[in-house]
Amino acid sequence: MRVSLTVNGRPAAADDVWEGESLLYVLRERLGLPGAKNACEQGECGSCTVFLDGAPVCACLVAAGQAQGREVVTVEGLASRAGEVQRAFVEAGAVQCGFCTPGLVVQAQSLIESTRGVPADADIREALAGNLCRCTGYEKIIDAVRLAAARAYGGGAGSGQAEPAA
Amino acid sequence: MDFLRPRTWDEALAGKAERPDATPIQGGTDVMVEINLDRGRPAALLDLTAVPGLDGWSREGDVVRLGAGLTYARLIAELGNVLPGLAQAARTVGSPQIRNRGTVAGNLGAASPAGDSHPPLLASGATVEAASTRGTRLIPIGEFYTGVKRNALRPDELIRAVRVPVAGGPQYFSKIGTRNAMVIAVCSFAVALHPAERRAGTGIGSAAPTPRRAPEAEALLAEGLDWAGRSPLDPGLARRFGELVAAAAAPIDDVRGRAAYRRHALAVMARRTLTWAWADHIGDDTSESSGRGAA
Repeated sequence: MRVSLTVNGRPAAADDVWEGESLLYVLRERLGLPGAKNACEQGECGSCTVFLDGAPVCACLVAAGQAQGREVVTVEGLASRAGEVQRAFVEAGAVQCGFCTPGLVVQAQSLIESTRGVPADADIREALAGNLCRCTGYEKIIDAVRLAAARAYGGGAGSGQAEPAA
Repeated sequence: MDFLRPRTWDEALAGKAERPDATPIQGGTDVMVEINLDRGRPAALLDLTAVPGLDGWSREGDVVRLGAGLTYARLIAELGNVLPGLAQAARTVGSPQIRNRGTVAGNLGAASPAGDSHPPLLASGATVEAASTRGTRLIPIGEFYTGVKRNALRPDELIRAVRVPVAGGPQYFSKIGTRNAMVIAVCSFAVALHPAERRAGTGIGSAAPTPRRAPEAEALLAEGLDWAGRSPLDPGLARRFGELVAAAAAPIDDVRGRAAYRRHALAVMARRTLTWAWADHIGDDTSESSGRGAA
């Protein structure tokens, strides 16, 4: 079947899509957008996180046909918007092998945009609970989110640190 | 595989009548896992996300009608006050990404004994609206679960909505898992006080072939709680309640936990949730409440 959708602000279409195929497969294998990563294929790891009509979701759990006519934003589409988040990840040492990073960047961007300030550490942990990283131990990732949020919305990089860890 | 994408509810019902072998898909958080991991391949997917009007909720008197497409995220954001037990359970589902897609109706369709929605639905006395081209059937939640991952829906029926009574008293949900997110329940429990009727409802999850109530434990509370006088909870009664809840379960040993552990944990969760609920009911915020909301 043919699936037409908007990806990163531009119309896109894929042909010969298998009916049981995921949105993730369409993005990576048919539309040439390998930013969202394919790992667990069961919604456990968050590495395929993309925005679907503005909400972060696991692209592996969206049937391709369900994305018909919808708006998808991938990490590639965030490059201008989330440049701050990406840079903060690099500066804070939040990237090691990098496989989980695109999903974390999308999820972090969602948290920062909805908080419109520096989120408390407990809220960062809650927001990132569905994104697995096997390298960093998460502390640097949390630093990166705090740093990116502080740069975007002010308040100083340290203002979220008073919260005790969840 | 076929992909059916009705644009109206009538088209959806007609589609299901014509293709009773089609698997309805809403958030996809269960259905897509099966397909991705090649555990099963439905003959057809019936996508309900293009049908308008399913993703909201409405209040009809003392009942909230949850549309089949209402996500956990919206339930948490909009219904925490009127359906506190179900909202607590919804907060424990998966991750933010999963809660942005998953639905209570999908939990019912999958009918896993470990589904987080089931215990609070049982404790509240919810009703499932099952629709087909033949009409609408109201299925009491206690009759909905018929076996492991089996439910009372007929092959041509779709879940249109779930009707949940507005909380008439305190409600609590508790769940055991290895971490505080992304966890399939080792076991879970919900209690709902119904002070106007001088009784309480219960729901046990992931500790029997189906989610189930604990009728003897409910009878104990109807008889034994001081509904008129609001005196503090008798610790002996709370302990006995826990024992009866554990006795109502029929757990097995599996990868997530042993049967004996599940029984023990159920007794603890039942005692704690009752303690929290009764303290709320009598307006006492000192009684073993510091860990409230965590299990």
